[in-house]
Amino acid sequence: MENRKLIKIATAGSVDDGKSTLIGRLLYDTGSLTSDKLEAIERNSKQRGYDYLDFSLATDGLVAEREQGITIDVAHIYFNTDKTNFIVADTPGHVEYTRNMVTGASTSQVAIILIDARKGVIEQTYRHFFISNLLRLSHVVVAVNKMDLVDYDEEVYLKIKSDFEELVAKSDFTTDQITFIPISALKGENVSQKSDLMNWYIGNTLLDHLEVLEPADLQESSAARFPVQFVIRPKTEAYHDFRGFAGKVYGGNLKKGDSITVLPSLTTSKIKAIHFFEKEVEEAAIGSSITITLEDEVNVSRGDTIVKNSDLPKSEKSISATICQVNAKPLKVGDKYTLQHGVNRVLAKVESIQGRIHTDFSGEEASDQLKLNDIGQVTFKLSKAIHFDSYKQNKSTGSFILIDEGSYDTVSVGFIN
Amino acid sequence: MSNLFIPNPKEAESIHILREVAAQFEKPVLLFSGGKDSITLVRLAQKAFYPARIPFPLLHIDTGHNFPETIAFRDQLVEELGLELIVRNVQDSIDQGKVTEERGRYASRNTLQTTTLLDTIEEFKFDACIGGARRDEEKARAKERVFSVRDDFGQWDEKNQRPELFDMLNGKIHQGQNVRVFPISNWTELDVWEYIKNENMKIPSIYFAHKREVFFRDGMVWTANQHVYRDNSEEVVERMVRFRTVGDMTCTAAVLSDADTLEAVVDEIRLSTISERGARIDDKRSEAAMEKRKKVGYF
Repeated sequence: MENRKLIKIATAGSVDDGKSTLIGRLLYDTGSLTSDKLEAIERNSKQRGYDYLDFSLATDGLVAEREQGITIDVAHIYFNTDKTNFIVADTPGHVEYTRNMVTGASTSQVAIILIDARKGVIEQTYRHFFISNLLRLSHVVVAVNKMDLVDYDEEVYLKIKSDFEELVAKSDFTTDQITFIPISALKGENVSQKSDLMNWYIGNTLLDHLEVLEPADLQESSAARFPVQFVIRPKTEAYHDFRGFAGKVYGGNLKKGDSITVLPSLTTSKIKAIHFFEKEVEEAAIGSSITITLEDEVNVSRGDTIVKNSDLPKSEKSISATICQVNAKPLKVGDKYTLQHGVNRVLAKVESIQGRIHTDFSGEEASDQLKLNDIGQVTFKLSKAIHFDSYKQNKSTGSFILIDEGSYDTVSVGFIN
Repeated sequence: MSNLFIPNPKEAESIHILREVAAQFEKPVLLFSGGKDSITLVRLAQKAFYPARIPFPLLHIDTGHNFPETIAFRDQLVEELGLELIVRNVQDSIDQGKVTEERGRYASRNTLQTTTLLDTIEEFKFDACIGGARRDEEKARAKERVFSVRDDFGQWDEKNQRPELFDMLNGKIHQGQNVRVFPISNWTELDVWEYIKNENMKIPSIYFAHKREVFFRDGMVWTANQHVYRDNSEEVVERMVRFRTVGDMTCTAAVLSDADTLEAVVDEIRLSTISERGARIDDKRSEAAMEKRKKVGYF
């Protein structure tokens, strides 16, 4: 694979905001729509009697969706320019689909929030921005779409920008994390081509803006965390005594010779070697899937976490978290779940629900349960301590999922306070 | 020894997924077709568990209509890497009367594979089947999860999928259920080819341009062979071709090409305007073809 940078984007918009059209347009403009897909779009557009190309047909995947003409789940779409690989998590915009945007945003660094220029900032916009804020995405692009339907009027754009800035003030974002771009996805204005019809706009086109985002800004940087996924014991003659600990590096780099602590046992040792397939490396950057060996014979198993001595995480049997309910079965006080924190699992009991948070930044209300798509503050008691950071410090060690013991479904996602 | 190792994010993600499979399941298996995607999976699995051996066997559902080059490649790879290979034949399912051979112009054993696969899963009690499907291949696949839970009948319920948050994978399943795992979900066709080139991996010879007896139908290039239905009016000619996917002869069309090295293939893919599944005859049957096949347990 060429060494292109990877930018992951979540898209959010309300019904008919033209989100699928925008993605289809990005695919088309970057030459990512192949001739057979383009032919299918032309054929289908014609069948439906459109006098333009309906790019939304490029992404609306499932039969049920095509029948209803709306997207109903998270779809992943890929395109690249010479410099950058993009992954788009296309998430739908209905009120009831908060769970989908949370899911899509959990693997993304950037959100594109679409606003229909004719409708302006609506309740849905609040929700999408609230989730971007909750998930602590690095950047938000506010794409004011359908400018063609408001005569490319700068006043309309400025009103929407100013309304949105009021929301930004209520959030944890700084203004440099938010970018406003007036576009027409249907006509291709300011998507990859600078619009002649909106000369009053002096910023980058959407694609240029996405390309200049630097993954360096997008990466979390805190203390190194190495949750052990798998213990590698080849038991072959050449590697008779080899005991490698396989996992992914989060938060900060790991180096050969680092003094480390294994949690929960609190045993200490040093990193003897860092292996990646047939080679050894001195230092592994964040995001590496590597195997490490330790100087001493230490008992380490799956679910343990290896950290540097200087940066121990919190270890608690009781945690408070913001929960988003992603399953139809409500979360109630007294319920028991399997809590999966990274690759580690413990049992968890819901101690208390502090309330349900309004996703329009208007505060919260008392509630004794969280239903599908609700977001609330919850306290849990755990069967064993977990070793975590707050979500603000480290997204990977600050998040968890709850698994229902009956259905084994993933029912909630938590962001640790 | 190099100084700082900077990961390829897609490769790191795939390795993470493969390690989760080995840790969360009792009897995983890697579905191996001999195609470039499953060959890439084997390389990723080597990397995930090195210096230990890959901790699961390979399973090939052989339709009997494979290209002989693919089978030869498969056997050589298995021997070189010391892997365990299980082969089950669609012909046996036909002989047992479990499935009926398709007839006519577009006859293919591609859909018949599903029955043989489900029987084999039951025979060995596999609880996780690792496959090389990618989300960029086809619209219905774009919504597929990395861990995709299937019921006893192998069915995919696209409306009731577990959300996948961050990189946490929930592989908890009930007795009788199994999970299809797609470690290279987030790779594109170009990613796979660039990876094969950078890793200098071996692949079956039919991926490179070669002379072959072919005929033309519906704007596609078909292999002229005893297994492929052909009208007398469809004239056989010899052309320089290569394959972009390696499936059954009956459902895999060739493309006219002179690309005979990995570099030339990567350049061709980069500039290509025909998508990979465009050369899959089985998908052309209808726009919703893939989704319908997935619902009944197709890989």
